[in-house]
Amino acid sequence: MLVSWKWLKELVELDKSPDEIAQLLTMSGIEVESIKSLKRGIEGISVALVQVVKKHPQADRLQVCQVVTGGDRVVTVVSGATNLEVGQKVPLAQVGAVLANGMKIEKTDFRGIESEGMLCSVEELGLDADKFSSEERDGIYILPVEFEVGQDIVSLLGLDDFILELGLTPNRADCLGMVNVAREVAALTGGNLKLPVVDDVEQNGECADMTSIEIQEPSLCKRYVAKVIKDVKVAPSPFWLRHRLMSVGVRPINNIVDVTNYVMFEMGQPLHAFDYDLLAENRIVVRRGTSGEELVTLDGQKRSLNPDMLIIADAKKSVAIAGVMGGLETEVTQKTKTILLEAAFFNGPSVRRTSQALGLRSEASQRFEKEVDLEKVSQAAHRAVQLMAQIGAGTPITGNVDCFPNPEKRESIVLRLSRINQILGTDLTPIIVEDILELLQIKVVNKEANTWTVATPSHRRDLLGEIDLIEEVARLYGYDKIPTTLPQGATTQGKRTWEQKVRSEAASLLSMQGLYQVITFSFINPRHFDWLMLPEEHPLRDAVAVSNPLSEEQGVMRTTVLPGLLEVVRKNSNKRNKDLAIYELGKVYFKEGFLDKTTLPKEKYILTAAAAGFSEKNWAYPAIEYNYYYLKGVLEQLLSRLGIRLDEVAFLACKDMQFLHPGRSAKIMIRDQEAGWIGEIHPLVLENYEIEQKTTIFTLDLELLTKEANERIAYQSIPRYPAVTRDLAVIVPENTEVVDVTKLIQEKGQPWLKQISLFDQYKGKQIEKGFKSLAFSLSWQAEDRTLTDEEVNLLHKEILVVLALKVGAKLRV
Amino acid sequence: MREKLEMLKKRAQEELTGCSSLEVLNDFRVKYMGKKGELTQILRGMGQLSSEERPIIGQLANEIRDSLEASLSKVLQNVKIKEIEQRLSHESIDVTMPGVAPNLGRRHPLELVLNRIEEIFVGMGYTIEEGPEIELDYYNFEALNIPKDHPARDMQDSFYITKDVLLRTQTSPVQARTMEKMRPNLPIKIIVPGKVYRRDDDATHSPMFHQVEGLVIDENIRFSDLKGTLLSFAQQMFGSERNIRLRPSFFPFTEPSAEVDVSCGVCGGAGCRTCKHTGWLEILGSGIVHPRVLEMGGYDPEKVSGFAFGMGVERITMLKYDLDDMRLLFENDIRFLHQF
Repeated sequence: MLVSWKWLKELVELDKSPDEIAQLLTMSGIEVESIKSLKRGIEGISVALVQVVKKHPQADRLQVCQVVTGGDRVVTVVSGATNLEVGQKVPLAQVGAVLANGMKIEKTDFRGIESEGMLCSVEELGLDADKFSSEERDGIYILPVEFEVGQDIVSLLGLDDFILELGLTPNRADCLGMVNVAREVAALTGGNLKLPVVDDVEQNGECADMTSIEIQEPSLCKRYVAKVIKDVKVAPSPFWLRHRLMSVGVRPINNIVDVTNYVMFEMGQPLHAFDYDLLAENRIVVRRGTSGEELVTLDGQKRSLNPDMLIIADAKKSVAIAGVMGGLETEVTQKTKTILLEAAFFNGPSVRRTSQALGLRSEASQRFEKEVDLEKVSQAAHRAVQLMAQIGAGTPITGNVDCFPNPEKRESIVLRLSRINQILGTDLTPIIVEDILELLQIKVVNKEANTWTVATPSHRRDLLGEIDLIEEVARLYGYDKIPTTLPQGATTQGKRTWEQKVRSEAASLLSMQGLYQVITFSFINPRHFDWLMLPEEHPLRDAVAVSNPLSEEQGVMRTTVLPGLLEVVRKNSNKRNKDLAIYELGKVYFKEGFLDKTTLPKEKYILTAAAAGFSEKNWAYPAIEYNYYYLKGVLEQLLSRLGIRLDEVAFLACKDMQFLHPGRSAKIMIRDQEAGWIGEIHPLVLENYEIEQKTTIFTLDLELLTKEANERIAYQSIPRYPAVTRDLAVIVPENTEVVDVTKLIQEKGQPWLKQISLFDQYKGKQIEKGFKSLAFSLSWQAEDRTLTDEEVNLLHKEILVVLALKVGAKLRV
Repeated sequence: MREKLEMLKKRAQEELTGCSSLEVLNDFRVKYMGKKGELTQILRGMGQLSSEERPIIGQLANEIRDSLEASLSKVLQNVKIKEIEQRLSHESIDVTMPGVAPNLGRRHPLELVLNRIEEIFVGMGYTIEEGPEIELDYYNFEALNIPKDHPARDMQDSFYITKDVLLRTQTSPVQARTMEKMRPNLPIKIIVPGKVYRRDDDATHSPMFHQVEGLVIDENIRFSDLKGTLLSFAQQMFGSERNIRLRPSFFPFTEPSAEVDVSCGVCGGAGCRTCKHTGWLEILGSGIVHPRVLEMGGYDPEKVSGFAFGMGVERITMLKYDLDDMRLLFENDIRFLHQF
């Protein structure tokens, strides 16, 4: 809502600056988002009378004018405009004046004739050119003849004004009318109101003989008031009205439409004018649309109507979509002789649904959606008629037709002082509360033991219960004056759940190991499933679709974080950051079991990590390749730190993950339960994502991780006798899995083998083809003594025998 | 004998001054004081002396030995220091070479802020609740006093899955879910962090973003308690010198409602570009739980009351780290992430 400061000053006494009022409004809940001055820097431009217009002797396209300005001074001006005539009043910028574009006027010689100033167009005056007709835009702006010569243009054009832009919350639709903004300001400043006086409305009268109203849907149209104006002369509005409307961003049309718009801004009540003679039987029927019915609206569009829409019709056809837009056929035109003026109250949700369905939102529909002042509908219609008469747009027919089937009785509200203080934590006295009620025009009907029964003013439809009044008291009293305390109740223990702790710990552990946490969108393009080469029936394709996404890119809820991470790899690679180790901890969503209202889709947290390229190089150590083994190491470290025993974790080579390298992927098993997978992304998938470097990914089910993780650490005494460390290098067939060899060694090494680690793997020249060498470091230790070399030698021999037998291993010499 | 000893002493002392390496010093010790050393030999010959001479010569010999030992250890010390000094002089490194440390990763800035918010409220006795992101229209709107076709729905343009199911536009539905779960128990003291979704996409709006909701319900919870709680939060989050102000506002599920601003940390409230010359930065919305919401949640508004608040984590992150474009947070550019 745009509020003109000058307009506001006509409605309420103001002794404060726009900034001060803006601050007061903002701090009481009507946020002022901006204050703009309308005077776009123009200076020294005044009214002049055109006395002489003649052609420039040397230039066909120029006119030489003599204009009279203040002090009967005659000024010669050369102009290129074609709309100048003797006797016109025009805006003159004399030497020294400044135009809206910042240009300063100087004496200029036009082919031998010196111009002592410039006549201005609307644009040069800083007016919004879009609000004018093309003729007005192109020439010099012709001013009303009654303007006095020599007067400064700024106040005449209403440019000495400020526009306050209100960001209204949905409950304060009343402030979509200037009179209610004035009421609010008056409540805040105590200033006197100067609201327009509307004569008492005469019921029925002649008007009732000329038209009738039939409301078929009283629940959707609570009230409909019609007035008739005859001898209508459709013409441009007077200067003041046009400029008033422009100042609040409305384009002037003609005197009839301008008045309806003016009253809408003034009182918050949208109005509509029909050409009375074009209404079949000159009467109005308020009904639902019928299917198949069509109406061409004012914007020239053909609209299909239906029974969900409330329609204004005459005896035969629809003539408007209630509260949204009028029909083109019954529009007021130059030919109109008589108009029927509508002022109505339509059901908010109904208007809202219709305007959304049609994609049509207007100043009017916005007001109807939030519902207008039911008790002032008729007054608004009358105010408009008064104005139309005042500006000579037509002659009102006496009386009106006011169809108000079920006048609403506003409930009184009980307000308790104790409740106010209890909710706010204050100690307000009854006098403070009563003062506030009075400022807000809330009437006390009854008072008993600090409990008031009050009646709210009709324009505040948002005040429905005691809590609404408590808010009114609080905001007028001032939130800043309410004390600052802390809740008094019993102390509570703040905590995270185990699942939350595991999630947070997992993230920390990954970041500590060098991975960067990323956050990608939960919705993805469904085409990712193709890019991942998932077969048609793959469960990951069973995604929840968004019915109104912003784009296909965000079409479905992700069932995997893979696409998000691959895109992060691609985007960073494109920016030449090819070395990347990242993870995301977030939800995936599955349609499985989704039954609309009864069962929501399944959501679960998963942890997904991706790595590509190399770790940072430094002068002391070589870079580590971010490959399968790197990520596996990260994963093992993570599991181990979460209290999961690595001897209960298995990696099972798998070939059935379509998006992974079939020879470099594994299922992650924790105590024989599938916890996720790890693997290198299939080169064809990488191609789909335009990623050049090898990329490895793992994903872990956080539900399972939460179940398996634990905080228990059982201390084991530190051995008293030193360990003996010995290497063991064996040659095994190339396809032997290290895990098998390790297991055999561990079994055989009981109970003295404390640690085993693979420190080298070798295939190549010195090894027979089809074989590989594995080098382990074994650490032996007994609880009760230092093991001798002989004992350890014997153990190694025994291990070799077992390895030879089970996996065909030989000692490497 | 006495002369022999004096001679030996003199010779040895002279020889010692010429010793300059550990090796030579060791030879010196062997030569004079070793098992077959000269002094040892002399002492062994003491048996031939008369009983009067023996103690005198013995004493002298011991004195000489002690004096040689002392001189030797002194020279030894000097030589050792010299040798170490010399070795160290070859061992200089370039102390300006960069240190070698393992690469550390980073938490996402939103997570850092989210964790901090959680920590503050856990410290104040709150537990952390969560709820579904794909939510029923009922919990997201209706149970929060936002009926269908209510203009307040304009404040939040939603992504729908079906007519009755949508991506939650706020973390507030968890208020209703928690009340349903907890009733009639008191107190409820929760925060709800999580992802939310709205159909907006520009420099200050992302279709997916994060919120933290707070809800406290107990007997006698007051607006003043809301003020105190939020002041404590703001000071822990942004610094103890910061202040807050509450402005009346509207949310369908709270009344009275308030927008909460924190004093600008750049200018200290005097007004600058960051705070658009107001001295204040908006950080969250809040209010007293609307009686109708309490009723729908199964509590009697005459007996209990509560407050609720909701903040945008992106907004707070942007304020905390001085970011100018929300989209940075979801682009995951490693050069951006590396800064946190």
